[in-house]
Amino acid sequence: MTALLEMRDITKEFPGVKALDRVNLVVERGEIHAICGENGAGKSTLMKVLSGVYPAGSYKGEIHYDGALAEFRNLSESEARGVVIIHQELALIPQLSIAENIFLGNERAARGVIDWNETWRRTEELLAKVGLRDAPGVLVGTLGVGKQQLVEIAKALSKDVRLLILDEPTAALQETDSRKLLDLMLELKAQGVTCIIISHKLNEVRQIADTVTVIRDGATVSRIDAREGLSEDRIVRDMVGRDMSHRYPARVSDPGEKIFEVEGWSVWHPEQAERRVIRDVSFHVRAGEVLGIAGLMGSGRTELAMSLFGRSWGRNVSGEARMRGRPVDLSSAPKAIAAGLAYVTEDRKHLGLILDESLRFNTTLANLPGVSRGGVLNEAEETRVSEGYRKAMATRTPSVLQKVGNLSGGNQQKVVLARWLFTDPEVLILDEPTRGVDVGAKYEIYTIINQLAAQGRAVVMISSEMPELLGMCDRIHVMNEGAFVGELTAAEASQERIMSLIVAQPREQGAA
Amino acid sequence: MAVAETAPKAGELRAYLKTHMREYGLLFALIAIMAFFQIVTSGTLMRPVNITNLFLQNSYIIIMALGMLIVIVSGNIDLSVGSVMGFVGAFAAVMIVKMGAPIWLTILASLLMGAAIGAAQGYWVAYWKIPSFIVTLAGMLVFRGASLWLLEGQSVGPFPPEFQRLSTGFVPDLFPRSVTEPIGALFGQRNLNLLCMGVGVLASAAILWSGLRRRARDAAYGVAGEPARFFWLRNVVAIGALLFLTFKLATFRGFPNVLVSMALLTLLYAFVTQNTVIGRRIYALGGNEKAAKLSGVRTERLTFLAFVNMGVLAALAGLIFAARLNTATPKAGFGIELDVIAAVFIGGAAMAGGAGKVVGAVIGAFIMGVMNNGMSIMGIGIDYQQVIKGLVLLAAVIFDVYNKRRQG
Repeated sequence: MTALLEMRDITKEFPGVKALDRVNLVVERGEIHAICGENGAGKSTLMKVLSGVYPAGSYKGEIHYDGALAEFRNLSESEARGVVIIHQELALIPQLSIAENIFLGNERAARGVIDWNETWRRTEELLAKVGLRDAPGVLVGTLGVGKQQLVEIAKALSKDVRLLILDEPTAALQETDSRKLLDLMLELKAQGVTCIIISHKLNEVRQIADTVTVIRDGATVSRIDAREGLSEDRIVRDMVGRDMSHRYPARVSDPGEKIFEVEGWSVWHPEQAERRVIRDVSFHVRAGEVLGIAGLMGSGRTELAMSLFGRSWGRNVSGEARMRGRPVDLSSAPKAIAAGLAYVTEDRKHLGLILDESLRFNTTLANLPGVSRGGVLNEAEETRVSEGYRKAMATRTPSVLQKVGNLSGGNQQKVVLARWLFTDPEVLILDEPTRGVDVGAKYEIYTIINQLAAQGRAVVMISSEMPELLGMCDRIHVMNEGAFVGELTAAEASQERIMSLIVAQPREQGAA
Repeated sequence: MAVAETAPKAGELRAYLKTHMREYGLLFALIAIMAFFQIVTSGTLMRPVNITNLFLQNSYIIIMALGMLIVIVSGNIDLSVGSVMGFVGAFAAVMIVKMGAPIWLTILASLLMGAAIGAAQGYWVAYWKIPSFIVTLAGMLVFRGASLWLLEGQSVGPFPPEFQRLSTGFVPDLFPRSVTEPIGALFGQRNLNLLCMGVGVLASAAILWSGLRRRARDAAYGVAGEPARFFWLRNVVAIGALLFLTFKLATFRGFPNVLVSMALLTLLYAFVTQNTVIGRRIYALGGNEKAAKLSGVRTERLTFLAFVNMGVLAALAGLIFAARLNTATPKAGFGIELDVIAAVFIGGAAMAGGAGKVVGAVIGAFIMGVMNNGMSIMGIGIDYQQVIKGLVLLAAVIFDVYNKRRQG
């Protein structure tokens, strides 16, 4: 019998980037197949190719599904053949009931009139299958994330799924919910449903996967048969092992006194009152030091940074922050700026820039008093300041009056950096400073970061790219599920060590 | 010969015009509309008395458009301004006519009342994140009802003459008629208000001087600004129009008091929005609220203040309106909010916030005002007037969107 799915030499290019480079994936009938890889390795792109989000013709290579060449042009075509994908961000509508969500777009109806009896009866059947005991009429918004996940799976089952793809299904789940979900997957497997699971949690992969495919930098690295015995070390090595020489400018590291200190920092989720997202985090950073925070997406890095910077995220923030040994009030963004903190956000377009305004407007925004007297702006001074940063950072633009929305990612990032440098901060928190930035501009941004440290500023650098942290930082904290799980000096840090700290069995958090 | 040299320059000019179509378009649209009505009304539109009327009729809309621009730039809307204007007019009438309160106290109390109303609405919008559309829709109903209640369904008036002067008074000339009349005769007029004409000339000089200074500064920083031809064309047209209008006013009774307060407020708000820290932060707030907040802008407080400011201006408009009619009626201000909002959008503000200029809003208000006035002179029925005004608003916004798309 042939494999259920065979993806051969899949290559997908975006302007300037090769996201997938001749990836091969073979999924046998009735197995649970895990795909592992770092953030940005190309896992999600591969699944989008498979499900027709990127239609046939927009990629190179062949997909054979169920013994025939498949050329899906959109999601509904792939769903019609039983390929269903469940994304990390659930696609449910909170204001509708479970039954309405399950049959959304696939209503049990005759001539446009919904047959509610049939809908409810089918829903009850499906809910029994996934082990959910809530009534079909319950609003999805009132369910926890774990149950919502089950509703998604019930929805997939309603479409006669044959190949179920789960993208990081347990990332947002508590331990017990994760356990339930994994059991359900094994049950579905027994019923003949083939599963692809994308996961960072190697202990879970080890528990349920029959085969593992590791993807790195858009290429297949290895295909491991779990029945031969699966070693987490092997997967970690395959996930991260890549060459990284000369991609980072050299720096003389000379950390001085402790500038910024955080102790016992805890933050609760703004909507889910019982969820503690940051757990008792403590760290410090010295003058002239670059401190890295490693961790996967969703580990709480951004939430930590934003809660520090003016409590811009979460609620019930507790813990103490000290600047040069003295407690500081960081309870609003203006106070945080006044205390000498700067935060370069991860999401430039939505949280960083005002895209319709000019370079000049965006450069001076965080320090308008610096270019005004008595509340009246001095436009000439603004031009001088922004022109100065433009030259110093080699931002490529014809003029400082250019709209920042027209600049490339790297140049936009330089504008955000310039804005914060103009506030003359002592501590800079850089959240994914090179995301969406091309390789050349990355090097320039690294150089700027090194200059900042050389000026005696303290830099906290958050990044999903481990090589970047290893190449830039003096010290690295590893973060997982909202807590700091390990600290490594530059000398002892390696991608393998960071990854094994991240994927290590999470500590018991019964108190949470 | 010269053609070879100017050809690339013409391309540059076209490119500049393409990106700045909006600003020129608005000014020339106003001039075109005025010229059109001047012709079809056989010169009635530009008679000194009618020009004076035009200012008086539209003063309260323009004053409220200043506040509305700020509210809209901050990413909100205020539907209550018509009702608030009517309510404050009623409040002032009750104080003066029924209670015999002094005028200065009434004016002060009315403006404070406007601020309090703005604060009450702004509080819910800014700190509770309730959509401004809903909060001010509620305010519109509440204050409509409140003015009915305050006036007990009747018109209250008349006001003492000192209060009427707020709206219908004129700034007296500095020079005696024995000086001004002979000068007027030189221009074939009965009289010429020298103060009025002098201010017009000085204002023209100031506009030209500040424009030139700005150009010099841009040039010093190597910023490619407006091409010289456009600069001169725009200034000649604007200054020409200004001198023409002041001349017309000077031959009648000079500057109406309302025009002076309106002009000063326009200058003030143009300055605040374009040249101050608080103005800059309002544009940042409307452009990207989250980014502004993370850059240290106190977004809630700013939204709150935008509504307080709107309330004060609506109160001022209410006083002027009541003074002009010489009575406060329960129907005062009915539907005015829509004219104000339309003026701001015709003036190029964006519904989503973050874009729009004071000068644009004022020109937008004048476009509406001239059309109202011109169509009334022509004897076009109110039915057609509404249809035409609606279509003009739609056309202005379509023009905006079309321009944006073309720029890509």
